[in-house]
Formats: sequence, structure tokens, C-alpha cells
Amino acid sequence: MSKQIIYGVFDDEEVLISSAKALRGQGVKIRDVFSPFPIHGLDPVIGIKPTRLSNAAFFYGMFGTSMAVLMTWYMMIHDWPMNVGGKPSFTWFENMPAFIPVTFELTVFCAAHGMVLSYLLVNKIYPGRKAHNPDPRSTDDMFIMEIQTVDNKKVAGSEIISVLRNTGAIEINQKEL
Amino acid sequence: MNYTFTSKTKNICFILMGIGLLSLAGGFIADSHRAWPTLLHNAFFFMAIGLGALFFMAIQYAAEAGWSATVKRPMEAIASYLPYGAAIFGIVVIMSALHMNHIYHWADPAVTTEGSPVYDEIIAGKSAFLNPVFYIIRTVVYLAGWVLFYRSFMKRSEIERLSLDVKAWKKSQSLSAYFLVFFAVTSSTSAWDWIMSIDTHWFSTLYGWYTFAGFFVSALTVITLLVLHLKSKGLLPEVNENHIHDLGKFMFAFSVFWTYLWFSQFMLIWYSNIPEEVTYYMDRFENYKFLFIFNLFLNFFFPFLVLMKRASKRNYALLKVVGVVILIGHWSDNFVMITPGVLKDHWHLGWVEIGTMLGFLGLFGFVILSKLASRPVNNPTHIFYEESVHHHI
Repeated sequence: MSKQIIYGVFDDEEVLISSAKALRGQGVKIRDVFSPFPIHGLDPVIGIKPTRLSNAAFFYGMFGTSMAVLMTWYMMIHDWPMNVGGKPSFTWFENMPAFIPVTFELTVFCAAHGMVLSYLLVNKIYPGRKAHNPDPRSTDDMFIMEIQTVDNKKVAGSEIISVLRNTGAIEINQKEL
Repeated sequence: MNYTFTSKTKNICFILMGIGLLSLAGGFIADSHRAWPTLLHNAFFFMAIGLGALFFMAIQYAAEAGWSATVKRPMEAIASYLPYGAAIFGIVVIMSALHMNHIYHWADPAVTTEGSPVYDEIIAGKSAFLNPVFYIIRTVVYLAGWVLFYRSFMKRSEIERLSLDVKAWKKSQSLSAYFLVFFAVTSSTSAWDWIMSIDTHWFSTLYGWYTFAGFFVSALTVITLLVLHLKSKGLLPEVNENHIHDLGKFMFAFSVFWTYLWFSQFMLIWYSNIPEEVTYYMDRFENYKFLFIFNLFLNFFFPFLVLMKRASKRNYALLKVVGVVILIGHWSDNFVMITPGVLKDHWHLGWVEIGTMLGFLGLFGFVILSKLASRPVNNPTHIFYEESVHHHI
């Protein structure tokens, strides 16, 4: 069995969703969908798991909080105690209200930048990267579903193509790998 | 579908009201200095929840929000406590301004009379604003204004219910715009008058917003709890978990907003450390330290950490637990706002305070559930009904 990529081209996102449901009903795994705009409710239909980015964001935020506490303690209490506005400068806790804004800012800073960097790394996006788009029409008025035969050992490629055709794909392209 | 206000629920409300009346009467007989601020605290807390619900409903119109059309009846039901709450609160506050009790320091005529032994120069300087006549006029304007707006909203709501006309909705929208402008000013000034003036020497420009944040998050929590209660009865089937998720987000967001204002007010005063400003926090740190700090855990850390995850905002049982904690937290926050200025270190948190709270809870529950039962809980003639039914996030 040759390795093959099948592209189902649709001109309507509702038709694409119903086609994806039919394919998933037969156990076909869909690699991705290329669309000119976000299709509401598509992710669970094509079997994309919910993102774990928010969990990562929580830990980046916690990292920022810890760094801010460490930084304020080292700078303002330990290394060079400073008397600002007559506030006692010998314990971190007694000065804590003054450090809350810094802690808040660093938490947000680390959570936001951590999320952006994680997103770029996971999706392998970097400056100068060539766009990976199987068909430029997916940036205009076409919706393209990508299925790879490597992912689908149990369902034959010809069967996938016939399901696509029966469920409203207006065009089917194949590419040998 | 109609909500049936069963006789069992009615009896629970009546028993709670009975407990409240007994506690309050007992409180007045035993120690009226303790009973007055309790009455003011509970009358304000529950009235403000009704006001917060009305404000949230007006926001939905002004923002042309579609998602909330299916939860509009619960909002209206909660707002329906406003006239009753305003009547009780108005009587309490006017009696206080006439110096029938010792809640307001400035209400004592001797304090502002030059040459008297208790003459207070600072309070005398504020008497152009804080005098009983002007104070009562302001109180009546706030309360009557809100109640009149509430009644116009209900009248318009009935017109909307009986017709599918877009014009009816448009009129409600312009009514909302007027209400929001009125509310923007009066929510701040009323908090200065009714609560901030208890600590007469002290002032904070943030106080109005701080009070508003507290009662708004309480109102959002009560809306969520009422919607969850109706859902558990099988009513409101068109409200799906996305609506509940959105309400949970509001609870989360406005808990953070309350904390932001709480901290902003505290930190500036703590940092500058000016005697006339820190008195407010001195009273609270000396005599109310545990409650004062514990409120932050109830109102910030608990809802913040528990409601952070998406899944927990869709977990009905967890939302109910967080909702009850938030309401207890803000009730206790209002207690720490009102009581220290009146009773200083002679305070109690016992059967009078909790009994009165239960009494008001009974009345509040009775009013909003009666209102809910008087009309179908669904709202199919709302122009955004279809949009709301298909709400998905």
C-alpha cells in the first residue's frame, strides 16, 4: 500500500462538517482542515483534542509569581534593604503590599510570553518559515480536508475517496508521498 | 413552563422570616446598639443584590447581548426584590439620619454645634453635605429612582413578552441607557452616603466602586444559583452549559475585580500612612483582623483558584459550592464595612446577626420565587431568543 495524501475540497463548511462526521463514523482519522475562516465547532468533529495551553499558562504564571517574590526579596530585603516611605525593610512579608503590583505584572508577563512562545514552538512557526498550504484556494473560498493513508491503516484509500465523493466534496486530489 | 412555588418552599421562607423577626426583636430588646447596624447591614446587602441584578439586565440591553435572553426571567425575579428592599432600607436609613440610633456620627446635632462639649470641627466642616435634610433627599432620590426604573423595566418586559415587535425591545434599550447613566452616578454617591459616612472622618474616592463590585458579584452569583436551581427542577431546558459557563466567568471575573479595588484602596492608604486615612484600617486590623483577612480568602483565593479551569465553570455542583462561599464572603465583607465604624471593639457575630440574615434571606427568597412563579420562566418572545438557544462557546 502506497503512502498517499488525500485532499477533499469543499465549497461549504456545513457540507465539510457533515462529511467529516461520516468519515469519523467509519473510523477515519482526519489530519487537518484548511479553511479561510475559523469554523465554529469543527475541532471535536475532526477529533482535535482540547488544547493544554491553559494548563501551561498556569505554570508559566506560577513561575512568574515565584520569580517576582525572589526578585523583590533579593533586591529590597536581602541584598540592599531600602527604606521607602518609612516602611520596615527587614522582612518580605511586612512589605508585601508594596510588592504585589510587581508580582502581578511578572505573573502576567510570564504567562503571556510563555503561552506565545509555546504556541510558536508547538506549531513550529518561526520567522522565515514557508507557508504550508496544500491549496491556495483554502485562503479564498474553499475548504480543504487533509487525510493521510498512513494514519488510516484499516480503511482503504479508495473507500475514503468514495465517502468523500458521496458526502459532497466537489473535488478530490491525491498526492503520492 | 411555569415555576411552581410549592407550599414546602413557602413554609421554609416563612420559618426563616420568623427566625429573623425573633432575632431582630431579641436584638433590639437585649442591645439596640448591636441590632441597628445589623439591620442596616442586612437591609443593604439584600437590596443591593436586587439592584445588581437590575444593573446586569440593563447591561444586556445596552450591549445588545443575545446570549442572556434565556436567563432574563431569573434576573427580573431577583430585581423584583428591589422595591421591598428599598422600602425597608429607606426606613432604616432615614431613622438613622434622624439620629434615632448611633450609626451615623454626624447625625448627632451636638457634634456640629459650636461650643458644645462634643463639637467636632472636621464633621462640622462636612455638614454642608452630611446634614439630615439633604441626606434624606438624596436617599429618597436614589431609592425612588431605582424603583421607578425597575417598574418601567417590568412594564416594558410585559410588552415584550406579549409581542414580537423589535420596537418594544428598542424602547427597553433606550430605557437601559438612561438607567445606566443614573446608576453610574448614584451607585457611587449612595455608597458614600450610606456606608462610607459611618466612618465620618475618613473618606476614600474608590469606595463607591468598591461597594458596587461587592454587590455586583453577589448579584451575579445569585443569578447563577437561581438558574442552576431552575435547571435542577427541569425548567429552563434551553439554558445549556455554555450559558452556565458564561455566568461562571462573570463570577470569576468580578471576584477578581472586587479584589483589585479592595487592594487598590488598601495599598495606597497603607503606603502613604497618613493618620486621617489609616484610621479606617486601624479599626479593622485591631478588632476585626481575622474576618478582614479571611474575607480575602473567601472572596478572592477560593473563587479564583477553583473557577480558573474551564471544566469547573461547567460543573454545576462545584459552581453551587463556590456561589455559596462568595455570598458568605461578601455578606461578611459588608459586615466589616459597616460594623467597625459603629461598634468599634464591642462587636459580636452571633445569633442576632445570623438570625437577622436568615430572616432577610427568607423574605428575599419569598419575593423572588413569587415573582418567578407569576409568569412562565421561559422567554420565547425575546427578539434574541433564537440566538440565545444556539449559544455555544
